Amino acid sequence: MKILGIAAGFATALTLCSSVSALAATQISWWHAMTGANAEVVEKIAGDFNASQSDYEVVPVFKGTYPETLNAGIAAFRAGQAPDIIQVFDVGTGVMMAAEGAIRPVAEVLEGAGLKFDKSQYLPGIVAYYSKPDGTMLSFPYNSSSPILYYNKDVFEKAGLDVNNPPRTWGEVFEAAKKIKTSGAAACGYTSTWLTWIHLENFAAWNNISYGTNENGLAGGDVELKINAPLYVDHFQAIADLAKDGTFKYGGRTSEAKQLFLAGECGILTESSGGLGDIVKSGMNYGIGQLPYDENGVGPQNTTPGGASLWVMAGKSDEQYKGVAAFFNYLSQTDVQQFLHEQSGYLPVTLAAYEATKGSDFYEKNPGRETPILQMMGKAPTENSKGVRLANLPQVRDIQNEEFEKMLAGQQTAQQALDAAVQRGNAAIKDAIGN
Amino acid sequence: MTPRVVFPNRILPYLLLAPQLAITLVFFYLPAVQALYQSMLREDPFGLRSRFVWFANFRKVLADPAYLNALHVTVVFSVATAVVAMGVALLLAVMADKVVRSRGLYRTLLIWPYAVAPAIAGMLFLFMFNPSIGTLAVLLRKAGIAWDPLLNSTDAMVLVVTAAAWKQISYNFLFFVAGLQAIPKSLIEAAAIDGAREVKRFWTIVFPLLAPTTFFLLVINTTYAFFDTFGIIHAVTGGGPGKATETLVYKVYNDGFVNLILGESAAQSVILMIIVIALTAIQFRYVERKVHYG
Repeated sequence: MKILGIAAGFATALTLCSSVSALAATQISWWHAMTGANAEVVEKIAGDFNASQSDYEVVPVFKGTYPETLNAGIAAFRAGQAPDIIQVFDVGTGVMMAAEGAIRPVAEVLEGAGLKFDKSQYLPGIVAYYSKPDGTMLSFPYNSSSPILYYNKDVFEKAGLDVNNPPRTWGEVFEAAKKIKTSGAAACGYTSTWLTWIHLENFAAWNNISYGTNENGLAGGDVELKINAPLYVDHFQAIADLAKDGTFKYGGRTSEAKQLFLAGECGILTESSGGLGDIVKSGMNYGIGQLPYDENGVGPQNTTPGGASLWVMAGKSDEQYKGVAAFFNYLSQTDVQQFLHEQSGYLPVTLAAYEATKGSDFYEKNPGRETPILQMMGKAPTENSKGVRLANLPQVRDIQNEEFEKMLAGQQTAQQALDAAVQRGNAAIKDAIGN
Repeated sequence: MTPRVVFPNRILPYLLLAPQLAITLVFFYLPAVQALYQSMLREDPFGLRSRFVWFANFRKVLADPAYLNALHVTVVFSVATAVVAMGVALLLAVMADKVVRSRGLYRTLLIWPYAVAPAIAGMLFLFMFNPSIGTLAVLLRKAGIAWDPLLNSTDAMVLVVTAAAWKQISYNFLFFVAGLQAIPKSLIEAAAIDGAREVKRFWTIVFPLLAPTTFFLLVINTTYAFFDTFGIIHAVTGGGPGKATETLVYKVYNDGFVNLILGESAAQSVILMIIVIALTAIQFRYVERKVHYG
């Protein structure tokens, strides 16, 4: 009982302290899902912002993985306890967008505080993904990444492949993979993380073909999937064929395949640019190339952003919105963006930060770090390449993964797998928007 | 005749019961009622628009081939887990019963796995059987077995059953050892003098006398496999490949917390609630009568 009493005393004292500081500065809560080095970046940015002024205090709170953070935000909103800012991963964008009453568009927040939001200063591919069909910016892009190709230079040399010229098309990747396997340079030629994100969503954008109707969902929620078009079918049949003798090796639904590459088991990997840190840390002799495109398509067009953005929740006071706006304004500053880009491996959001990084010798010292930006910036996005937005993208990805696994296990062909994914996916989308 | 204790105070017994009742009310009845209510709603994740739809969610869930698949997976998984966990535990108990020296040590060691949390057990097996880095997976491959739980449904099922059963063996072992000790030595010795060999003695004397324990454990193990193995499946396969290891409990989680289809997820949990009530009723009605905790 005594201990309880003391604890209660402490709690009261703490509450008093925090309410005292709340009098001095308006607190802005920021729920995020960053771990390791990226979490340190979050703390540093929030700390620097707090030190730069005295009106607002940004309080970052770690809420678990991306889905856990989203769920925590949803539960908190339902209980009337939503945070001011919440970090939501790319896949959750559709979920947030469909919840118009729960969020406040970033453009509105900034304008309300008398700050101008100049779209032309931001990377076009990223802004397009986080905007409404009418162009209103909905969330603030915080950490964006893009899929690229990694290859093991030692394995390439052993297999007699050109170490300085990584394969540029899918056909070349598959040929190189076969060579790696048959020459015995590695147990498997090629593997990939995130089949859904890389081989469907980015495959569509990079080759400029439709993923679904209504501009892949960006123009409206009523989407019919188009992922059983011949280009997709041929691509996946090629992978399924390579999987038969282990030339392609499946690692799992998310980023598990990175381990196969790090262990030297597979010679080529397609993975998010955000995965670079682990590969650098492993000390392996690696090279980086562009995401391959299909030689039978019209690409390469541009890739779409993965990663996460910051959403502002609805129902807060004007004072809090002003604080959020001030923080976002701080986040867009060139030196902050440059810090974020160089420390975390995520892309800079503003063109000025990109130019500043280019001006320094960062890209010379860290080859490959520019590749994801060049991919995303290469061309102005078309209606096929702004990204994919579905009210239930996590569920649709689950369905696609299930069908891929059955295909890779040899239970069905690529045509059957993609037809089933389209049919089941369309039914799920109809259900989700029928609420 | 046992003497009856009479409380002179009429309020005191209720006061003494109150804390327990309050906890049950807040942590069980309230969420259960809420789940029941939510199972008849269709709403978006944020609860901005919701519609009362009576039993539409139940109809949808029960007509969904994926739900029937989950039911099938759950039955296969539960039966396999119960059989393996009980079979191995019985074998170990019979062996441990024979050991004379350091019998206490063996028993203590065999009980340890029960203290391991399901998610940790899952991770252990995941590492040991991981196709690319697992020690045991490498041995399997050297033995010429194409081990691939990532894509092969049977391998995945074998893996989760092994992990789930391993964790439950200790518990079963304890009960079997107690059951074996309760069997009179004289019966076994008489049979031995009559010339019955060990295997014969086991099947004709020991096993029938263990029947109440076995039946009790069967119910406990089935319930365990049904409801307490979420952590293992979540850590090892995540329900895949395809939907090969997606059990009913895992589907409730996946539909509710990953896919954010709250109404259908709630409907599934109500169905699970009914299954639990039925299983518990069976256990109390039949099992408690037959098992004698000697």
